[in-house]
Order: sequence, then C-alpha cells, then structure tokens
Amino acid sequence: MAKHHVTTTVNGDPVEYLCESEQSLLDCLRDELDLIGAKEGCSSGDCGACSVLLDGRLVCSCLILGVEAEGKNVETIEGMAQGEELHPLQRKFLEHAALQCGICTPGVLVAAKALLAKNPDPTETQVRYWLAGNLCRCTGYDKIVRAVMDAAAEMRGA
Amino acid sequence: MQERVKKPQFDVVGTRPIRPDGVDKVTGRAKYGADLKMAGQLVGKVLRSPHAHARIKSIDISKALALAGVKAVVTAEDFPGQPSEFIPAGEGVVNYRDMSNNVMARDKVLYEGHAVAAVAALNEKTALAALDAIKVEYEVLPHVIDEMEAIKPGAPILHEDMITTGVTPAPTKASNISKRVEFNLGDITKGFAAADLVVEREFKTKAVHQGYIEPHACLASASEDGSAELWVTTQGHWVVRAYCAKLLGWDIGKIRVTSSEIGGGFGGKTVVYLEPLALALSKKSRRPVKMVMSREEVFKASGPTSGGTVKVKMGVKKDGTITAAEAEITLQAGAFQGSPVQPACMCAFANYDLENVKVVGFDVVSNRPKVAAYRAPGGPISTYGVESVVDEIAEKLGICPIELRLKNAAKEGTRAAYGPKFGPVGLVECLEAAKESDHWKAPVGPNQGRGLAAGFWFNIGGETTVSLQLNEDGTLTLMVGTPDIGGLRASLCMMAAEELKMDVSKIRPIIADTSSLGYNFLTGGSRATFSSGMATVEAARSIVKQACGRAAKLWDIPEEAVTFEDGMIRPAGENAGKHQPMHLSDIAKVAGKTGGAIVGYAAISAQGAAPSFGVHIADTEVDPGTGKVTVTRYTAIQDAGKAIHPSYVEGQYQGGAVQGIGWALNEEYIYGDDGKLQNAGFLDYRIPVASDLPMIDTIIVEVPNPRHPYGVRGIGETPIVPPMAAIGASVRRSSGVRFFELPMSPPKVLKAMKAAGKA
Amino acid sequence: MAHVTLIGNLRQYTGDVTEFEIDAGTIRQLLRKLGEKFPELAPHLEEGLAVAIDGQIYQDALLEPISPDSEVHILPQIAGG
Ligand code: FES
Ligand code: FES
Repeated sequence: MAKHHVTTTVNGDPVEYLCESEQSLLDCLRDELDLIGAKEGCSSGDCGACSVLLDGRLVCSCLILGVEAEGKNVETIEGMAQGEELHPLQRKFLEHAALQCGICTPGVLVAAKALLAKNPDPTETQVRYWLAGNLCRCTGYDKIVRAVMDAAAEMRGA
Repeated sequence: MQERVKKPQFDVVGTRPIRPDGVDKVTGRAKYGADLKMAGQLVGKVLRSPHAHARIKSIDISKALALAGVKAVVTAEDFPGQPSEFIPAGEGVVNYRDMSNNVMARDKVLYEGHAVAAVAALNEKTALAALDAIKVEYEVLPHVIDEMEAIKPGAPILHEDMITTGVTPAPTKASNISKRVEFNLGDITKGFAAADLVVEREFKTKAVHQGYIEPHACLASASEDGSAELWVTTQGHWVVRAYCAKLLGWDIGKIRVTSSEIGGGFGGKTVVYLEPLALALSKKSRRPVKMVMSREEVFKASGPTSGGTVKVKMGVKKDGTITAAEAEITLQAGAFQGSPVQPACMCAFANYDLENVKVVGFDVVSNRPKVAAYRAPGGPISTYGVESVVDEIAEKLGICPIELRLKNAAKEGTRAAYGPKFGPVGLVECLEAAKESDHWKAPVGPNQGRGLAAGFWFNIGGETTVSLQLNEDGTLTLMVGTPDIGGLRASLCMMAAEELKMDVSKIRPIIADTSSLGYNFLTGGSRATFSSGMATVEAARSIVKQACGRAAKLWDIPEEAVTFEDGMIRPAGENAGKHQPMHLSDIAKVAGKTGGAIVGYAAISAQGAAPSFGVHIADTEVDPGTGKVTVTRYTAIQDAGKAIHPSYVEGQYQGGAVQGIGWALNEEYIYGDDGKLQNAGFLDYRIPVASDLPMIDTIIVEVPNPRHPYGVRGIGETPIVPPMAAIGASVRRSSGVRFFELPMSPPKVLKAMKAAGKA
Repeated sequence: MAHVTLIGNLRQYTGDVTEFEIDAGTIRQLLRKLGEKFPELAPHLEEGLAVAIDGQIYQDALLEPISPDSEVHILPQIAGG
C-alpha cells in the first residue's frame, strides 16, 4: 500500500513526512524526521520515554499513529529550549542532578512542562502522580521531583 | 536533606558542578544505542523460541531468504562452535561455548525467547515477514523453572554434560547443579553450642530484571576487508569487542566499538546479545545493520538476576554476641551456568565480625534466560536472608537492631568470612550515623513500622586507560573508556580540575572508542569513578610534570627547580622570583614550539579498591484491606570513601534503594506452567513509579580509602543490598507479620495478615 | 615465607590442604609455585582468581609484590554490576 503523506507542525516548524498506516508517531519523529529526543522504552504506553505534546496534550507518541499528527501541533524535547536559553525545567534538572543515564529525561521534561502549564504550583504529591507514567530506573525520582518543584517555584517567580 | 559531607578541603572535589554531558541530555541531543543512523542501514530482527525447552530438529531459512528485501539470515551455523572452557574475561570467568549458544541457540533452545535465527531486511515489516517465513521444527522437551525443582532427582536436564563441580568424589551423572561452593571460618558446631538462641529460617526471592529504560540496541557495519564498526549501548565496549571477536572468530584489532550514551545498565549491559548477530548479518549483507530489542525481548532474552532460596541459621548469646552463622544459598543461573552464587556467599555475613561461619552455595540451571549481573550481583539475595534473621534476633533478645549490629559489626582488622581482613571500613560509622539520624530519632507514625538493615559490596578496580590532552589554549580534553551511566564524566573532570587547579568547565570529556585508547574493563563493580579517577589523576600529574619540564627548559633551570603550586608553574629554591610564574595555559601556547603537544596518558590496572558498607532505614505502612505496603520514609546511609560529586553519589544511593524497594515489594518474573514468562512488559512487571515513593534521604559517610588519591571507594553497588531486609523488618512491625518471601506484594501480604489474624 | 590460605573450592585440587607457607616475591611467583606444589590445581589458577595480600584484594595483578611475612588469601574473582 502506498504510504501516507502527513503535513504537520513540529516544534513550530511545518513538516511533512511519508509513513505507513501502522507507523507510530514516535517512529515517524525518530525515523522520518530524525528527531531522536523522544525515546522508545516499551512501545506500549508504559514508560513515558516517548512523551510529546500533541496540540498541548501530553501523549505517549508510541501509542499515537503517525497519520494522527496530520494538521496538529507536535512539541518534542527538541523544542523546549528557547534559542540558546534552556527552559527553567531543563536548567533545574541539571542543577539538581535529576538525571543519571538520561534516557528518561526527555520524556520526564516534556511531561513536567505539561504539568506546569496546567498547574503552576503543584504539591509534591501532585508532581509524583503526574509523573507516575514516566519510568526512571536510575534516580529513585527524588531529585526529579525536587527539580520540578524548584522549576515551578522559579517560573512562578516565587 | 541531611549532609555529612565534611567541608571540602578541596577546591573542586566535593562540590556540585553541572555535568559536562548534561545539556545534551536535557535537550534530546544525546545519542543512545538506537539513535544512530547510517546510510543504507538494514533492520535486523531475531527469531526467538516459543518453547521453554526443545530440541531444534531443523531450521529452514530458504523461504525467508527468497523474500524480496531480505538481505541476510544467520543461524548458529554462522558462528564457529566454541569449546567449553572457562576463560577469565569481562565479568569474571566466561565460558564461550555457553555465550555462543546463548546468543544463538545450537541444537537446543533452553528458554522461551532464546534466539534461533536472525534476519536483516530493508525495513522492519520485511524483517518481521522473514521471521515468519523461517521454519523451525522443534521437539518439545519437558522444562523446569524453579531452582529447587531443578535440583530434584528426575528433573529435566538442560545440559547432558553438566557434572557438578566442587563435590568430591565428582558425580558421575549429569545434573542441573553446575557447581557447589563452600566458605568456612572457624567451627560452627562449637559456635552453635555456645549460643543461647538459635534462629533458623528459609527465604525465597524471585528473579528480577535490571529494568534499564533503554532496550539493548546496536548498529553494526562490517566491511569486505574484515574490519567492522559497532555502535552499541554497553557498560564496556572493550568487553563487547572481545566477546564479538571471539564468537565470530574475527581479529580484535579490526573491530572498532563505540559506546553510545547508555540508558541504564545496572550490570545488564555487560554481556552481548544482539551485537554478534548484527555484525554477522552486516558481514553477510554488506550493509550496516541496526538491531533494537523490544521491551518484551529485553525481559525474555536479556539477563535478569537470579531468584533463589536462602537458608540462614545464626546463633547468638543473650548479650547479642553472634557465635555462629551458617547459610545455604541456591541461585538460579538461568539456562547456562554462572549465577552470582559465589559473591552471594561471600557477602552473606560480610557485615559481621564472626569467628564461626559456614556458607554453602549452589549454582543451578533451569529453563530461564541466562542471568546477568545486577548491581552487587548476589549480595542482595543472601543479605536479605541474613539481615532478616539478625532483625529477628534483635526482636527476640529485645536489643535495638542498631546496637546488635554495632556489637558485631565488621571493622578494620575483622577477618571476613571469605578470608582476608578488612582494612579501614565504614560500617560502624554508618551505624552511628543511622543512630543519630533525624529519621531514626523521629517517632514512628501511627500504623507504621520501622526497619533497618546493613549491606556490603567489595568494589573492584581493574584495567583502565585514559588520555588527557592539553590543548593550545590551555583547555583540556579528557578521553576515557569506561561508559558513563550516571555522572562519571563529571567526577573525572573534577578530579583532573582539582589536580590542575583549573576551572572544571575547561575540561571536556569524551568516552573514547576502542580504537582510540588502550584497554578498558567495563563500567561495573563500582569501579569506574575509582579506576578511571585513579588513571585521570595519574594523567593530570603527568601533564603537570611535562609542563614543569617545559618551563624548566624555557627558564634554563633544572626541572627539579620548578614547582606547581596554586595552578601556577613557578621557579623554586634559589631561582624563586627570577622568572615570571606561568599558568598551564601559558605552557600550552608554547607547547608546539618546545617539543610538541602535552598529553597525559595513563594505562593502569587499578588496584586498591575498598569495600563500601551501607545502612538503610525504612518506614512502611500496610493497608489492612488490600495488603499494599507503602514506604513512607526512607534513609540510605553509606560510606563513599570520598564523594567526588555528592549529588551523583546521593543519586546512586537513591536509585539503588528504589530498585531494592521494587525488588522487595513488586518485582518478579512470573512463569506459567508452560514455562513461558507471563509478565514481559512494564505494565505487569511493575517497577516503582514516582507516586509509589517518598523522598529518599541520604547520608554520605566518608571513611577515605587510603589507596585512592581522593579516598574514593566505589558506591554504585551497595545501595541495592540493604533495602529488602530493611523493608522486611519494617513490614514486620507495620503488619505484625514476618515475611520470608519476596516480593511482599499485596496479595501475599494480605493473605499472610489474614492468616495471622491481623487483617 | 608468606602464609597462604585457599578459600572456597580450590581445596578439592589440593587434597583438602588449605593453608601452607610459600616463599614468593610476587603474585606470579606465588601462583607458579602453587601450581608446582599442587599440579592438579595448576590449570585452575588461571580461572578468575583474586589474591588478597594482607587484606587488600588484587585482581589481574601478577606483578604485585608479596612481603615475606604477608598473609595471602586466594579467593574467587569479584566482578559486579
Ligand atoms: S515507549 Fe511510549 S510509553 Fe514507553
Ligand atoms: S536517569 Fe536513567 S532512567 Fe531516568
């Protein structure tokens, strides 16, 4: 069968790609657009390493079809920093050493950004529940949670 | 967070700079195993056994090869057979016959998921179609999963030539016990006779997976001239190179292995699975071949660590003095020999200063994936049993668990049950820190319980090479060969910066490939910061020496008359003040004109590794309605020797503790009667998530290792050793029931509480 | 003479002798002499062993010196995760 032609927006850029019907958005980002920041940890929606925003909504890109991105707005980790300025979350992750191997980090950052967009002043428990879909095997989450809380405080100007 | 890091007497070591590889990792730029692409690359896939145990009668690949877009198929026939011999390599001793037969089954499949063939095709769809087109005829054989079933007479035998070693006289019949090991100290009969109380218990633990979030992945490109390049996520690319060369019969020097960023390993990425297959497929297809495991493949075909059965018997006097300790440890090796039973035995009683010890261990094969190292391999399993018994003794004698441990704690001069005497070690200091901690002093919450346990790991050094280049502008490039899983590059740059009295941001590290540096053993055994740190310090000191030599020449004074102080190269003695002191960057500028580039190179076999002890405190609460255990407060205390970058030391304590919490409460390989793994995914194999946990407090104790320039011990392994017993002890108090089996998952806890009338 | 103790399973190749005195200046010499003393043990001295000299464990360090009055243990090699 012929491939589908998809026209979409990724990190503000208009892009087009060809994909198979069954190809996931994650595979399209990684294989067709060479955006390797979103990672595949499970391909079943269980690890969150592939997290991206689709029209502002946090999704596991492994569970979204490439064709579903048609006409939508996709945001990935590659679009998080503004020019040469890291996003406060990115900066706080570095300051708090909130990553070890870093494979979960793109997904966690995208998820955390989505949280702070909804709730600029989350409690520790809210951060923990929001990030429950993002597995991290290295850190035990302690420093991740602290970094998110600290970034939230900074972004609130607190 | 409490800190016991003393005020750093160093400028850089002990501070918390941003890691040099950090920005790439928060921006998605860092390249991991699956992130490299090469022009013309093919997709490689593995056909895996659906059976737990079967004889392969035939494999017909003709239909697969005939498919359009299929470029190569390999089976065991494409790999030279290996003799069964035990050769020291990589993680201890390896048997290349087993390794070869594990990466590609020969004659028999020994577990569900065992590789039987691999294909390379233009795309994933075609590769999967090719797998479907391969016809394998199996004769299904009876299987055995549990280690205690596997050692019963009449159990299905996996290897017809497996004769148990370590037993005299040698058995004449094959069995599933590959070896028996025994460690003795003193006389336990006398020891038990002197005891006022003897506690004897049997514990069961389940196989658990390292659970790194990044699946195994590699990209191989072999050329017609016999050379090859391999990009791979691994803890040791020199080890991968050696294994692949051996399994394929290729020259080591012709294989260049580059380690990608690594998305977690914890011991699981110290062996090869896909790598030799990708190289063989690439050679056959004359195209680059990329292979990535699915999560299901990771669970079914890459190493978990052993489940096991641990019997512990300890005798103690009324005053708490332990008089004798005995253990029998039976560990699953998976389908091929080689469980971590030896270190499990050696760790079992390492926390204690004992006169009479006997530990016996059995290495048992069964129809499961071959185990791989997992953080302090073996240690957590035996320690779970021993520390749980110690907790029970404390309860029965009415002694505080910390005091009981302090009374018997291993310290400098204690003879370990495995022979040698300890040098300076920090268990007593960790126990004292636990006693003084806010956590221990805080009242236990309502419906909660508090438990504590100690743990130990040896730590190792080993072969290490680094190169440190002084660039023309005075910046430095550090090349190391131990993959960086969790902040290594930061720590190494810090040690170099400390030596050179430089700004750490002026030193840029890379993980070099196998063709750019001398041999490096892998990142594992908590050796990377210790060994590569030692080599980095040596390389930095060599730079200082060379720079001083250049200055001496420029000043026309003898080399001995030049010193390096506060980052400046100065004339000393009678020449002091006669020449303008020079900064390293001044020397760097003229290096080209005074003899060439200045490069510090250190190729060492790092010796002098020192053990790290830790003590963990856990508070738990049990829901009497569901049996769910919640960890409400947790503190990990451990002797780091010296924390180079305290944040990453804390990170190791926290990450290890949480892996231990998963092991204690949720994680397990669950098999059906058909011998197939039933929970090969993160939904059903449940690793801890953020909402399961409290903050993990840490206390860094520093009893320096006298054999390391900065006192480093190695810290990555120990944090996973105490958690299971600490949580077990805590659950004992929060639920009223003592558990002897992991995981303490809700159904089991509920059942036990009901039986005890507590729910 | 260094005092040498064999730990673990090696005793099966020495007729259950686990402790003896050996005059050796380095680990290499020690292993060679052990092999001569117990020919059955010789092939196993290549198999992933560690040698502790006065408490400090050495691995792959054939040239490490042994003092005349050292306490030496020969034990299984240690790896890790
Ligand atoms: S890869 Fe999408 S959730 Fe794991
Ligand atoms: S930092 Fe490794 S998985 Fe999160």
